[in-house]
Amino acid sequence: MNQPLSEKSWQYRQLNAVTPGLDALSDVLLELVAQGEPIVAGTADLQYSNGLSKFHEECPDRFVQFGISEQNMVSAAAGMAAVGMKPYVATFASFMMLLCCEQIRMDVAYSKLPVRLIGHHAGISLGFYGTSHHATEDIAIARSIAGLTVIAPADGEQLKAAIRAANDWPEPIYFRIMRGRDPDVYGAKPEFQIGKAIKHGQGSDLTIIATGSTLHPSLEAAKVLREKGHSVGVVDMHTLKPLDQDAVLEAAKSSVVLTVEEHNVLGGLGGAVAEVMAEIGTGARLVRHGIYDEYSLIAPPTHLYAHYKLDAAGVLDVAEKALS
Amino acid sequence: MAQNTRDWSVLTRAKEFRPSDDVVAQLKDRAQFSRLETIRLIEIAKVGHYTSAFSAAELFAVLYYDTMNLRRGESAWSERDRFMMGKGHAACGLFPILADLDFFSKDILDGYTRLGNPLGDHPDMTKVPGIDFSSGSIGHALSAGAGMALSAKMLGSDFTTYAMIGDGELQEGQVWEAALFAADKNLGNLVGIIDRNGYQLDGAVDDVIGVEPIIEKWEAFGWDVYVVDGHDVADLATLFRALKAEKGRTKPVMVLAQTVKGKGVSYMETEPGWQHLGYLDPGDAERAIKEIKAMAI
Repeated sequence: MNQPLSEKSWQYRQLNAVTPGLDALSDVLLELVAQGEPIVAGTADLQYSNGLSKFHEECPDRFVQFGISEQNMVSAAAGMAAVGMKPYVATFASFMMLLCCEQIRMDVAYSKLPVRLIGHHAGISLGFYGTSHHATEDIAIARSIAGLTVIAPADGEQLKAAIRAANDWPEPIYFRIMRGRDPDVYGAKPEFQIGKAIKHGQGSDLTIIATGSTLHPSLEAAKVLREKGHSVGVVDMHTLKPLDQDAVLEAAKSSVVLTVEEHNVLGGLGGAVAEVMAEIGTGARLVRHGIYDEYSLIAPPTHLYAHYKLDAAGVLDVAEKALS
Repeated sequence: MAQNTRDWSVLTRAKEFRPSDDVVAQLKDRAQFSRLETIRLIEIAKVGHYTSAFSAAELFAVLYYDTMNLRRGESAWSERDRFMMGKGHAACGLFPILADLDFFSKDILDGYTRLGNPLGDHPDMTKVPGIDFSSGSIGHALSAGAGMALSAKMLGSDFTTYAMIGDGELQEGQVWEAALFAADKNLGNLVGIIDRNGYQLDGAVDDVIGVEPIIEKWEAFGWDVYVVDGHDVADLATLFRALKAEKGRTKPVMVLAQTVKGKGVSYMETEPGWQHLGYLDPGDAERAIKEIKAMAI
């Protein structure tokens, strides 16, 4: 037993060390605490999964461990916001938006309290942990809760930018994030405006609208499509609500609009874009890509992304079919 | 007489906490006012929770006119004590008190539940000044109260948070999440109150899903439990004053208020059918008002 373990071995508490991307949430919250903001960060027995362990270590007085009591966490966060704190509470997106849906509606959104709900490991990013841990319904639920803003950043820097930009946002916000392993799309301190989509090029043939984890593969796919002679634009729809309708209309000037989301194609990004396009009556064709109203298989996340065509090659394939 | 399973006398025997006869008379009067206004408001709505409000009338009166640190007309004063209730359907008994404390105009009561009026069957903090937290879905209030109490400690504020829950509410799992949490975080500035009126929609609480033994459950969860007659304003005031004076407490407190659902109107107290929602025709309401005015507690 005295023999040291291999450097490749790791235990749960070292998750931060092996996943530096997990620091993003703690780093930006510590930055806001340093500015004197009444920030409090809480989690439900997942501090090593969402990286709040760093916040816990560096700012123990403002960290709240709720234990495996997600509903209590959300209602308590609402109570905290009601007396002047700025609470950020984090758990897996599946538990946040499905298990705590009613607490979010009643105590947070209906009560108009500026709670920040962090749903991490969204979509199918928990791979072989299975359906209980997947969240492919959360955007649809969150979008239909009046007064709840919904933001899905594409990487750690954009998450930090979004949290900074949202510091004084009076409404509650659901931040839909992944697992701290997102490839970088943006550099340090990118511009971020809630409700204002970011355009990555203009295209007359195709505009891909992506959100959160699907932005990077969509940009990669667009690169290849352009090399093949197509005119392709990509829109980062980081704010799912309020939706940037102008950006959708701009996208609809292309022949084809392709939405790509790590979520059920019903009710999420594709649904939101479809609502706008149908009401305005644009001439563009819409293709919604994502999880097609089914429960995901289990596999490592990258294998699932390949299977469900949510990686760059998959998005490229779907886009080429849409263009043909 | 208030009693605690362990050491209630330490807190309540001290004469210094007993309210004067004048205060007792005033608190009884305000409880009667809450009941009479409940009848008036439900006459406007044509349906409402008389009995749920009646079991809590003395609790409302004592908390709002004796215990809580409030400033008349200043519903947003940041240092005020906070109150919320999981049994939000008793709000028709509380709204008149909030108006009486000048948190909003008494005229608003006259439009109770009518289109556009802020006052509905359940309290909405965004619409009603003086409501510290919205409710309507049973089981959330103790969690919200725990969040407020923890924040008070973080903010260095001295306010006390009072969270009233129903006895049927003890069937909600989230209550027990909050029970664990408040004890773990040493929230001595949180005072829970169980309105133990014994009934819920489908019948007697202990016939629907038994919740006893209540005292032992809360003690096992790490709370100080006090049992009190929830209709005795002198005992209630004594207990809440004593709890307020007990500085530096690290355990959350649960006050088990023994109450009678429909207290004050004879047939509501005894007929199971009256134990939740209902409506009194004006003639019957008149007789109920007479009984309430004749109440001697």
